[in-house]
Formats: sequence, C-alpha cells, structure tokens
Amino acid sequence: MQIQSLYQEIILDHYRNPHHKGLREPFDAEVHHVNPTCGDEVTLRVTLKDAGGDPVVTDVSYDALGCSISQASASVMSDLVIGKPVSEAMRISQEFLNLMQSKGEATPDESTLEDAVAFAGVSRYPARIKCALLGWMAWKDATGRALDETTGRAS
Amino acid sequence: MTLDVARARKDFPILDRQVRGGKPLIYLDSANTSQKPRQVIDAISGFYERHNANIHRATHELGEEATAAYEGARVKVAGFIGARDEAEIVFTKNISEAINLVAYSLGNASAGAPSPERFRLGPGDEIVVTEMEHHSDLVPWQLLCQRTGATLRWFGVTPDGRLDLSALDDLINERTRLVALVHQSNVLGTINPVRMIADRAHAVGALVLADAAQSVPHMPVDVQDLGADFVGFTGHKMCGPTGIGVLWARRELLEEMPPFLGGGEMIETVWMDHSTFAAPPHKFEAGTMPIAEAAGLAAAIDYLNETGLESIHAHEQALLKDALTQLAAIEGLRILGPAEPADRGTAISFEVDGVHPHDVSQVLDGLGIAVRAGHHCAWPLHRALGVQASTRASFYLYNTHEEVAALAEGIRQARKFFGVS
Repeated sequence: MQIQSLYQEIILDHYRNPHHKGLREPFDAEVHHVNPTCGDEVTLRVTLKDAGGDPVVTDVSYDALGCSISQASASVMSDLVIGKPVSEAMRISQEFLNLMQSKGEATPDESTLEDAVAFAGVSRYPARIKCALLGWMAWKDATGRALDETTGRAS
Repeated sequence: MTLDVARARKDFPILDRQVRGGKPLIYLDSANTSQKPRQVIDAISGFYERHNANIHRATHELGEEATAAYEGARVKVAGFIGARDEAEIVFTKNISEAINLVAYSLGNASAGAPSPERFRLGPGDEIVVTEMEHHSDLVPWQLLCQRTGATLRWFGVTPDGRLDLSALDDLINERTRLVALVHQSNVLGTINPVRMIADRAHAVGALVLADAAQSVPHMPVDVQDLGADFVGFTGHKMCGPTGIGVLWARRELLEEMPPFLGGGEMIETVWMDHSTFAAPPHKFEAGTMPIAEAAGLAAAIDYLNETGLESIHAHEQALLKDALTQLAAIEGLRILGPAEPADRGTAISFEVDGVHPHDVSQVLDGLGIAVRAGHHCAWPLHRALGVQASTRASFYLYNTHEEVAALAEGIRQARKFFGVS
C-alpha cells in the first residue's frame, strides 16, 4: 500500500508505545490544544530548569487522544526535547516545521531530527500535517508560558 | 421504476477518475458534498457561454434570458419542495447562510428594526435546538442569544442516536420563541419527527426552523407536510453547484421580517438617510446573486426529477441495509446512531476499536475510498455520545453494492494494518 510511505514503522512503534505519556508533577505550565478538523486533542505540561539563563527542558508530560500520527509525533517530540536547552529544542522544532511544510521535497537531517525523520511522508498529505504538529505546537505554547512565568520570578 | 445505477453513473464525469496512483474512485462522502452530473455542469457553462448578463435591471435580451434562468430556477425550487408560491423561496449562498438569515433578521427585529412583536427576542425568551445539530444550526442561535439575552436550551440525544423527547413539555413552553432542529442528521442518519415537534411549538406560539440539508437531496420533502415555518437546504448536496442555498419560509413571515443583508436589488426606494425595501423574496437577496449557480440548481432538480426521487430513495435504502449489515459484522466496529434502516438516512458514522478515524480514513483513501473523519461539524453530538471522533461513509444515487463491499473490506484492512485484528 502507498500509505506505507506515510506510516513508517517508527511511527507505528511510537503509536503503540508512546514515550513519556501521562501527566506528571511538578510542572511549570500546562496547555490544552485541539485539532478541530479531526478531534485530536492534547493536554501537555512542561517543566523547565533554569540553567544559568538558558533554561533546560527537564520534563514534558502529556495526555492525548488522537490519530496515530499525532500520538506518535508527540512521543517523538518529547524524546527530542527532554534534556535539551530550550533554545536548541526550539531550533529542532523549527526544523520539524520546515520538514512538514516541504511538500515531500526536503531531505530531513537525521542527526537533528532523529526519529522525527520518519514523518517526512506526512508533508505529502496536507490533511495530516496538523496532526504531526499538534504536540510540537502544544510544547512551544507551554514552554512560552513557562518562560513568561520565570521572567516574572525574582532571579 | 428501479434506479439504473450503472446508467446514472455515466452521467457523472468525475466517477471515471482514478486516485492515489490508479485506484478507481469510490466516493462515499456525499453528505459532505455530492458529485455533479454532466447536465448540471453543462447548465452552468451554458449559462456563461450563451445567456450571461445581470438580472432584473438589464433592459436587453441577454438580461431577459438571464432573469428567466434565475427566476425560472426559483419557480422550479418551489415546485420541488411543494411551496405554495415562489415568493417563499429565498436564494442564499448555502444553508448556513439561510439559517443565519433567519437568526439575523430576528436579531435585527430585536435590536429595533421595524417589525411585529413576535420577532423581538429578549431576556426570558428561549430558543430550543438539539444536541445533534450541525454547527450551522447551532452557532447562529448561540450568537442570537448572545445578542438578545435570550436563553438557549436543547433536546439531548439517546444512546442509540435519537432525540430524547422525554423533556418535550419542559423544553417547549410559553417562553419558547423558536425551535430549530435537523430533519436528517448528517452524522447519525436519524430522521427526526419534525411535524410532531412543530405542532407542539406552534401550540405555544413558537416558530420552527428545519435543517433539511441531508433530507431534501435524498427523499421527497413537502414543506406543507413537514410543518416547519422555515426550511433550509443547499444545492451542493443535491447534485447542484456550491454557492447556492435555499431558505423556504412562509410568505406572511417573510413579509414582516426585517432584512438581513442590505444593498442593491433588495430595495424599493433609496434616499441618503433611509430606504424602503422590496417585497419578499427579493427583500432578502442583496447584490448580485449566484445566477449561474441557480441555473445549475435548476438542472440538478430536473436531473433528480427525471431519475426519480422515489427510485433514488429506494436504492439508497437498499445500500443502507447492505452497509449496516456488512459493517455490523466487522469485529470492533460500533455504528453510531440507529442500526436499523427505519427512519434513517444513508450517513453511517462509526468507530473502530483501536484505530482512530483519521487512520481509518487514510487507509481507505489509499484504496481509493473517500470518507470523512472527525466530528463532521457536530462536535457536541460526539461528546454527548462519548465519542472522540468518528469515520463517516455516506451514500447517494451513484453508489453501488460493490462499493459497500469495498468499504467493509477496507475497514478490515485498516484493522489489520494497525494490528488490532
């Protein structure tokens, strides 16, 4: 089936066994995002550690209901950002967004994106791009809010 | 007269298409939009090729032809739904606009536009809808309640996808000003007892609006029998083009309701500081209307009449029975809504255990089968049924039993692919 180019084995693995799934405490910010087109939703929490001015993502926990693409993408995303400085994680996020918007033309960089390269095929199915981005957008939103919180705190 | 499906399919050029690398198209998404026969496509291009001009005000032969095409379409629509008078047919761009027309007209009355008391809503008044409404017959009433201070109330749904009528006497009372409900659900296929509810609503002096988007294309609908005061439907779900919808309303209501959109053509006289308005239906048709689309809708009605709505309905009921049987036999598949063909139209929404609708529809797409995944513009309904999202297959006159079998087989393949079978 042609759809095997969309549903790489990595995606199905992450769908069957999502990493970092579940809502945990403590957390610095929580968001709730939905994809109105298909009913996917995600509640996502981010915990940051302030590391000398360049905060690090120490945990991403989430509860999600949705299709295999959105679930797998959230799992892969959490693997990619946890333990990294926010600035680096944001760069990875941008690279993933570029891959999603590439209409199947781009060759993804495995050293940066690791398992996320498996989603390259999604860029040829416009209806699934939002699915792949749902977790990433939620993470960016939560991280933004967490950073807003910390700039309000006494340093 | 039995429908000759094979012959009818030849009328629809798009059914020749292949998709996803050589798979014949199996189009099971007609509840979303219907495919168009050559006759409708030709009517639209023919209008532009031979008769195009603006209507009503043109004083030349082309203008006469264009006006005849547009107003002729209006007469045809009136006959199609049993309206007494073509002045009861208002053209809009779709049914969402038709419903908004009523909501905004009532809202304008409530905000002080000259109109009888019965159209003025305010705090203490109630508008009743149902939990199975399409967003287009829900959101306009939410907005109207926000604008006027009226209260929105609703009928719930039963677990098997019918209206919960147990609270009927509580919901329809002396404070009720309008009841809006769907005739045939786009998700469940459920056909609601509009007449019975309309009679109750009229007894307390309330107006009734019926969303007939999914019923008019598929079975004979007579507005006198249906019992509502307003009935909306749309061209693109009945083999007509996008861009044209219909609001049928009782003439005496249209005469007294204030305008929705202001502009050219809906006026009688215009001064700098005030205007007077045309009689219905033109009072509600501002600016240049979708003229070619009206010609297309007229051709669609001709097509449905020549094919025979009774034959179409009988064919669809056979497909429905077949589909319900075949789908019910698939392990882990749960059909939302009535599982029997009685009082039910041909939209079948279902869940597949362990396979999200978006993934089901992706596998089906890979096999050339077009369905819809998500909430189908009925999010509260899905919540009420405890369902995150569903897959919907919907049939029309050009679908076949082979296509029903392909759908069932495709769902089985999806289950295998995602490792649940």
